[in-house]
Amino acid sequence: MSILCQICKDAKATVHITDTIPEKRERHLCEECAEREGVIIKSHQTTNEILQQFIKQKMNLAAGEGVECSCGLTFREFQARGQLGCPECYRTLGPLLMPLIERAHEGATHHVGKVPVTTDDTVRRQAGLVRLRRELQDAIDQENYERAASVRDEIRSLESQ
Amino acid sequence: MTIDELTQTTGEWLRGEGASSDVVLSSRIRLARNLADHPFLSSACESDRTEIYRHLLDQIGQAEPSAHDIIFDMNEIDPIDREILVERHLISRQHAGGEGARGVTVTPSETRALMINEEDHLRIQGLRSGLQLEDIWEDVSAVDDAISSRVAFAFDRQLGYLTACPTNVGTGIRVSVMLHLPGLKYANEIERMARAARDMRLAVRGLHGEGTDAVGDLYQISNQTTLGKSEATIIETFSHQIIPKIVDYERQARHTLAKRRTAKLDDKIWRAFGLLANARRMSGEETQTLLSPIRMGIHLGRFDRFGIDKLNELFLFSQPAHLQKLHGQAVDGEERAILRADFLRKRLGTA
Repeated sequence: MSILCQICKDAKATVHITDTIPEKRERHLCEECAEREGVIIKSHQTTNEILQQFIKQKMNLAAGEGVECSCGLTFREFQARGQLGCPECYRTLGPLLMPLIERAHEGATHHVGKVPVTTDDTVRRQAGLVRLRRELQDAIDQENYERAASVRDEIRSLESQ
Repeated sequence: MTIDELTQTTGEWLRGEGASSDVVLSSRIRLARNLADHPFLSSACESDRTEIYRHLLDQIGQAEPSAHDIIFDMNEIDPIDREILVERHLISRQHAGGEGARGVTVTPSETRALMINEEDHLRIQGLRSGLQLEDIWEDVSAVDDAISSRVAFAFDRQLGYLTACPTNVGTGIRVSVMLHLPGLKYANEIERMARAARDMRLAVRGLHGEGTDAVGDLYQISNQTTLGKSEATIIETFSHQIIPKIVDYERQARHTLAKRRTAKLDDKIWRAFGLLANARRMSGEETQTLLSPIRMGIHLGRFDRFGIDKLNELFLFSQPAHLQKLHGQAVDGEERAILRADFLRKRLGTA
């Protein structure tokens, strides 16, 4: 006969532990309760899986409806794959991302530590290039060559700064 | 330098040197970086990926000429060679099995590896045997600076370095230390250690990282929080608080074993040796499991048939890809088990 978990008294106990400290005692738990008790670590769950589980459980699904970054990534897609589309996503999806970031980083909301050698201006300029290159591609796709030429000039001027 | 030349040695992480190397096998620091003007990889098309790969390779070469000593393009080397790099801890399993333009540059000493187009555009990794986090950080940070003076990394004043996955945002740093904890394992104290580590927001995993069991009593401890704490703070906490404490517990547990359960411990060590030296079929997992008590036995002075160098050599070369490399051709699992047993007996002088 199989033993039931001592905690939930529902699932079959598959984890059997003999504690020696502070006193000798035997415990029989199901995997879920054992994990909650910190007795075992579920080793087959990756960070991404945990993250996705969290996204599904905790985030307000309706709130993200229709939110899309200039790179084309929607909040829905982020929820599905756990990866952002481009650096700009942190800005465009920011309000939806912040609760997740806070939770993943013990409530922290601000970076402390190294900064790149390149200046902020360079970074901002480079970030603008992502958007412009996408616009250029769109303009070419739509055969809007006038627009493409002007975007190309903008890119050139940014690149030469 | 080629993979074949690389496999002439046991590499860096199994060198068996560095502080507390009786318990700490190796230390590693990884920084996640992305180019500011390109999409992250999950949204990048093939031409984006190729451009990122070429651009980074070129810039790394100019910023850090020594990094150009060995470049492995993942699409040009065969699957066994990719596995060799995984077994030597130079690339992740994900990188070996990925798709599209991607690669790694490795220093001849194998203390540094830069992965291009893994989950992020660039992952700068430093690796050393024993507990040497400060030295690794100095090296990794200098390379990061050299590259970032040439390319603009995606960075935000508030959020720090921007990464493909928000769980790495901020410093983008992952500090991890590989520990051998047979003493705590036999004393049934692993769960308590893991719980304490998790209370400190650290991840505890098996040898091969995420999603693996602790084969051979090897545990990897790493930080999970990357935002709100500086790199120096995280490293300091590892080097001077967390790891020394675990090392201390492990040493105590080993000495208690050696003192109170001498016969049982010796039996475990020498039985393991008996199996390794005589078996006719041996799986990779069993090999690692058996090498664990012997590793402890060497450090406790209870095993003298060979030293730590030899043990590390057996450890590394009994892994599937290394074994096949030595053999000169690919072989399947069953044949590999025979090959592994042959290899072990030959190296142990019992063939």
